[in-house]
Amino acid sequence: MSPPTVEAPIRARLGGPLKLAISRGALWGETLDALDRIGLDTSQLRGESRSLIFTVGGLTLVTMRPSDVPTYVEAGAADLGITGKDVLMEQSDRVVYEILDLAFGACRMVLAGREHDASLSETERRAGGMRIATKYPRIAELYFEETGRQAEVIEVKGSVELAPLVGLADGIVDLVATGRTLRENGLEVHEEIATSTARLVANRVSHKLRATEVDDLVERLRPAKVG
Amino acid sequence: MIHPIPPGTRDILPDEMRELRALQATLIEVFESYDYGQVATPTLEYDEVLQRGEGRSGIGAYRFFDERGELLALRSDMTIPIARLVASRFADAEPPLRFGYVGNAYRVVRPQRGQVRQFMHAGIELIGSQAPEGTAEVLEVLSTALDAVGLNRAVLGLGDADLYRQLLTELGVEEEARHRILDRLAEHNLVGLEMEVDSSERLDAHGRETLLRLPGMRGGAEVLDEARELGGAAVERAAQRLQATYDALVERGVAGRVQLDLGLLRDLGYYTGAIVEIYDPALGHILGGGGRYDDLLGRFGRPLPAVGFGLYLERVHLAQMEEERVGREGTK
Repeated sequence: MSPPTVEAPIRARLGGPLKLAISRGALWGETLDALDRIGLDTSQLRGESRSLIFTVGGLTLVTMRPSDVPTYVEAGAADLGITGKDVLMEQSDRVVYEILDLAFGACRMVLAGREHDASLSETERRAGGMRIATKYPRIAELYFEETGRQAEVIEVKGSVELAPLVGLADGIVDLVATGRTLRENGLEVHEEIATSTARLVANRVSHKLRATEVDDLVERLRPAKVG
Repeated sequence: MIHPIPPGTRDILPDEMRELRALQATLIEVFESYDYGQVATPTLEYDEVLQRGEGRSGIGAYRFFDERGELLALRSDMTIPIARLVASRFADAEPPLRFGYVGNAYRVVRPQRGQVRQFMHAGIELIGSQAPEGTAEVLEVLSTALDAVGLNRAVLGLGDADLYRQLLTELGVEEEARHRILDRLAEHNLVGLEMEVDSSERLDAHGRETLLRLPGMRGGAEVLDEARELGGAAVERAAQRLQATYDALVERGVAGRVQLDLGLLRDLGYYTGAIVEIYDPALGHILGGGGRYDDLLGRFGRPLPAVGFGLYLERVHLAQMEEERVGREGTK
């Protein structure tokens, strides 16, 4: 099968297959597993293909960075999308409908600092506020505001664990799954801010105008209740 | 030399202006054909007057002091200024009153989101006509207007603003949880809704099921029967209101493009009863909305039931362009 090119039928929001935006990155494997479970053949996506768009079992799968999913879905460039709750929290002003907790990709948003080191609380006590490095500035700012504390939030793009080790910041706000990266860098969790799992989001117009197809996909993707 | 303009504002050049002018003219012509005379109100109002109308609304308006120290605001929609106009200038006029408008409105934006600070709004207000007849009349005008501008595939989502307020009261949900549940419903965050519903102590299994299933019900007249099966007085009353409006729309021949939607909740503070959102399959954003605001005029001292809609003109224009493009490609 030749990879589809981006032509008019992809752009125009006509009948056509539903477009589902899926995240490359930490959620990639489990997202493909979830699609396998509802009977889609994701083998072309698991290969070495450099294509960004795939047509599988009546769905158009559009692959992108997790943080781009809300952007595409809000604009209707994708009807539905799968991304982490952490991304949705960081981009809470994007108007997308959050319709299903897919339960995989569980992780925690935490405030972490160096192990056996009081500089987080000491800076807070003596300088009135902490310096916090993060890739999630809005979540961090909101958390400190809600807990009534002042913090200087420093946005970084790369390995955030570096910041407290070399003195850019007293602590970090970051996403942890197993905590291994933190431990290896001599950091420990101080406070848990939120938990996150993968979510299915929908464009508000698609959710209304393609209700039957959307609801059908939601029911198929709905994880079995535990307990 | 480049001289900047504020983000979220833009210049309109002749090619686009011609198309927008034609669009405005078509809409005004439709409005006038139903006897909705065009009015214009000032872009600037006293902030106090706009606040009086807004109720519990989160819409940010641009505010500033004038040379005498009075607090002014740029209007953020046309409905409140028209409510003010009716109370002041038509205090003794015999209702119903019908007005149409095209004008700019202004809202505070979040940076770097491509949101607009200034947008063109076109719509009508029908003052002094009750549900369901008044609602049906306004939706007939809306439907005619959409056809007139070439959006034959556009759909009207019809919901009820009072449904959840009354349902949560009936279910005895505590005040604080009520606000959180309404916020989740307005965002259409079904995951968050389930968490709020599960953490409320007053809800039994049946109340829980009602709150979680209703927001997903959308479609033809059959959704009202589905909703009624959940039982309860609030759902029954909302279903009756929607049924009455729907029947009136059937009589006017516009029910075919209406999607009944029990998950619809608009975030403007003044809506009561029927609420509407406008969609076109060519565009991922809503084209506009409206509904009944039976309490708003009372806040200005002239208690009259009222209903209206507003279209975002720039989005209607985009949808028109997309539909034309789709039409061209379809005939190839």
